[in-house]
Amino acid sequence: MKKTAISALVLTAVLTGTVAVRAQTGLYESPAKLAPESEIDQLVFNRLKQLDIQPANLCSDAVFVRRAYLDVIGTQPAARDASSFILDRDPNKRAKLIDQLLARDEFADYWAMKWSDLLRVKAEFPIDLWPNAAQAYHHWIRTAIEENQPYDQFVRDLLTASGSNFEVGQANFYRAMQNRDPKGIAQTVALTFMGARADKWPTNQLAGMAAFFSQVGIKTTAEWKEEIVFFNPASTNAQATATFPDGTTVKLSTDRDPREVFAGWLIDPKNPWFARNIVNRAWFWLLGRGIIQEPDDIRPDNPPSNPELLAYLEKELVASHYDLKHLYRLILNSQTYQLSSVPRSNQPAAAANFASYPLRQLDAEVLADALCEITGTTEKYSSSIPEPFTFIPEKERSIALPDGSITSSFLEMFGRPPRDTGLESERNNRPTANQRLHLLNSSHIQRKIEQSEKFKYLLKTRDNPRDVVAGLYLAILSRFPTENELQIAVGHFPTDGADNRAAALDVAWALINSAEFLYRH
Amino acid sequence: MKTKHKLAGISRREAMRRGLLGAAGLWLARGLDFPAFAAAGPPPARAKAVIQIWLWGGACHLDTFDPKPEAGNDYCGPFKTPIETNVPGIKICELLPLLAKQADKYSLIRSMTHGNNAHETASYMVQTGRPAGGRDVFPCIGAVVSLFKGYDAGYRGLIPPYIVLTEPQGRFSEAGFLGSRYKPFATGGDPAKTPFAVEGVVAPGISEQRQKDRRDLLQKLNTLEHALPGNAQLAASDQAEQQAYDLILGDAGKVFDLSQEKDELRTQYGKNTFGQSCLAARRLVEKGVPYVTINYNGWDTHKQHFQEMRRKLPELDKGLATLLQDLSDRKLLDSTIIWCCGEFGRTPKVQWEEPWNGGRGHWGKVFSALVAGGGFKGGHVVGASDAKGEEVKERPVYPVDLIGSMYELLGIDGDAKLPNPGGLDLRVLPTVADGVKSGGLLKEIM
Repeated sequence: MKKTAISALVLTAVLTGTVAVRAQTGLYESPAKLAPESEIDQLVFNRLKQLDIQPANLCSDAVFVRRAYLDVIGTQPAARDASSFILDRDPNKRAKLIDQLLARDEFADYWAMKWSDLLRVKAEFPIDLWPNAAQAYHHWIRTAIEENQPYDQFVRDLLTASGSNFEVGQANFYRAMQNRDPKGIAQTVALTFMGARADKWPTNQLAGMAAFFSQVGIKTTAEWKEEIVFFNPASTNAQATATFPDGTTVKLSTDRDPREVFAGWLIDPKNPWFARNIVNRAWFWLLGRGIIQEPDDIRPDNPPSNPELLAYLEKELVASHYDLKHLYRLILNSQTYQLSSVPRSNQPAAAANFASYPLRQLDAEVLADALCEITGTTEKYSSSIPEPFTFIPEKERSIALPDGSITSSFLEMFGRPPRDTGLESERNNRPTANQRLHLLNSSHIQRKIEQSEKFKYLLKTRDNPRDVVAGLYLAILSRFPTENELQIAVGHFPTDGADNRAAALDVAWALINSAEFLYRH
Repeated sequence: MKTKHKLAGISRREAMRRGLLGAAGLWLARGLDFPAFAAAGPPPARAKAVIQIWLWGGACHLDTFDPKPEAGNDYCGPFKTPIETNVPGIKICELLPLLAKQADKYSLIRSMTHGNNAHETASYMVQTGRPAGGRDVFPCIGAVVSLFKGYDAGYRGLIPPYIVLTEPQGRFSEAGFLGSRYKPFATGGDPAKTPFAVEGVVAPGISEQRQKDRRDLLQKLNTLEHALPGNAQLAASDQAEQQAYDLILGDAGKVFDLSQEKDELRTQYGKNTFGQSCLAARRLVEKGVPYVTINYNGWDTHKQHFQEMRRKLPELDKGLATLLQDLSDRKLLDSTIIWCCGEFGRTPKVQWEEPWNGGRGHWGKVFSALVAGGGFKGGHVVGASDAKGEEVKERPVYPVDLIGSMYELLGIDGDAKLPNPGGLDLRVLPTVADGVKSGGLLKEIM
């Protein structure tokens, strides 16, 4: 309840009209001038200058607060948090907000969700981890993110994991692939940690790398669906030599797990593949497009749009001892990240060079959570294996669902990835007619709006339509309405005050169906 | 013919044993029996639409289309007197008298087999024709039809090209790697209720005037969209919205208004969810929708099996028999494939003991399917199970044979490529190299 209530300060401001935003430019763009100071900005803006592309203006505070929440913690800001940020006069408030968000619990939830997509955390067909293994795997991933484990160690732990799938979460890395033969493992490792599609490599290159995984054993136990991953020098697949993707051949000995040899090569700071893959992905996650695009299709004939930028980020990551939060912080604080989504150039190369922030439909889980948060409703999720069914507590966020098999038709309609392949493109945020039909007119959405306790509370505590509308704008779009919007929305209310409820719900419905709510912008 | 090459090292006898050869001779799961495709492209289409009646949970073959009265009480339970159909020599379960009068319109496959006894993997196998557990998750036939007959192929209907009545199967990715665009539109609601509240199309309690007012309000308040003219993402979203409104406010959505049908006909179909789903399916096909799945659940009868059959079989009988007759009366049967089966059959030997007390388990070794229309001949039986309905006795029909036959009738090239995120060379039908077993296309009834 308390989250919807507008603070007295804000309410007064709305009533006196001081906060209602007047000009549209002020709505999405900041009047502040672009002044590239950081290394990222110099590299990006120099490149834009060379190409004669005009970058967008900086985004407004209202845009920034919503964007930062959605990008960093997959959660839309509560009305109160949005308004206090917008009204805060501290010149460093953006940097402070970034630090706060990076420390939130939802940060771990949201990034564990993303990593669970890539690492295919799913109980059922085709990955077939089984629920307790999926839980263990997700728990390990989330803990690593929560503790900000250095990325090189995170990868090393996954690559060298041995033990029971129920007890050693990261051991599920070797089970969470449909093709568990050495080549299949090598392809998955190349995709996940090198951003490379090894199926396009010359066959001997793939075979050379596969040899490192020729001694991965998996055995069952007396426990139903328990499997143990172990180093098995006696494997019939076992090879005597293996070749790194860079062409160096090494001899394998029976007393050292070849996976350790491979991991040592992969995470070496001198290995160009390793840092490049992750910094490019991080950039893709935050800015909607990789410096190398697609982010998981790195190859010599798919060059980066800004090689110096990529090199700089790699250097920063290695120097910070693979601290991903450091990397996120660098990117989030850049003016490049903080550009408005209103473009000032229609040049075709503008998007690939990050001249404005690209619009992206909300992730399915984030959208589901936002709808629940706005209306004060919940979603029901359950796991149908093993019987009896397991029901997820209704308070649990969709971004925190551990297992890809626990899903809903809503999440699938809005492009939640099936977690089959680990490809980034599995997540599909493109709009479809079915999605529009659902948001505009489904009983699911109607019910959420009609039965919303939060909207009821808003109507009960604010009898003036202007206040009601302002409250809805803050709750749904994380900003104050413009004077023009206020007039339109208030004009929708009956003049005799007869049925404010229906009118308010119509306004809520319209805002929920607006581009500004449905897209990160 | 690379597949032929792969078979070269195997004797004909061995190939026969492995189920690689069919009645028509050498049948490569892909390419065989499709020899003209490579040169001439897809085969000419005889069927325009498909209605899939999915008996979710797995219906018992012995108690539907493959009765075994001679096997005794431990196998056939109380259903001991199969009835003659209007095709001499074909008998079906006594609880299906209306379907018995329509046997000239359909054929029965009594030798479906894949050997898998788990719901989700068997569902995948039967609806994709692929073995479970491969690297890629293939789309099911509905999604493939949606790809080749839907919006990408010039379908212009406002009703989505792939519909499921009323809920998705769950634990089954219909679209596989094709992605959410090819997922079915699930109607939700209940066609046996008035109105049939199709999710997103019919919103009870919101008047048409309020819909229009809301739409006006949305357009006026869509400030970001006004600030970004020409944005490609938003243009795509607008187009989707326009389409959605045409359905909500226009006439196209009336296809779901079953009250437009005569009450007599509605009664014939059966005034229950399944019966009215059959009627809705006919109306959808009439409007040009290429693929409709009726997800008919409740067949997973581990306990109380025979009691449950006494409730369900009359419902199935009414709905399916009326659908066959109705499509035929409207001259739509020749262009509409109906296929009716579940993911597997059920344990032939009744589990009388505790805790089942007369139940049947899962049985993937042999089960039955009914096919009709769209180029399938009626009045035939394909294959046979053994005396107790436990094994295939002759002419095994694997999922790929049934799926492949439907693709042929639909004019979908089994060798066509399927778009996928990894850019891999993946085709509509598997090859022998994919480890798929085949008994050959259903040429005997095509």
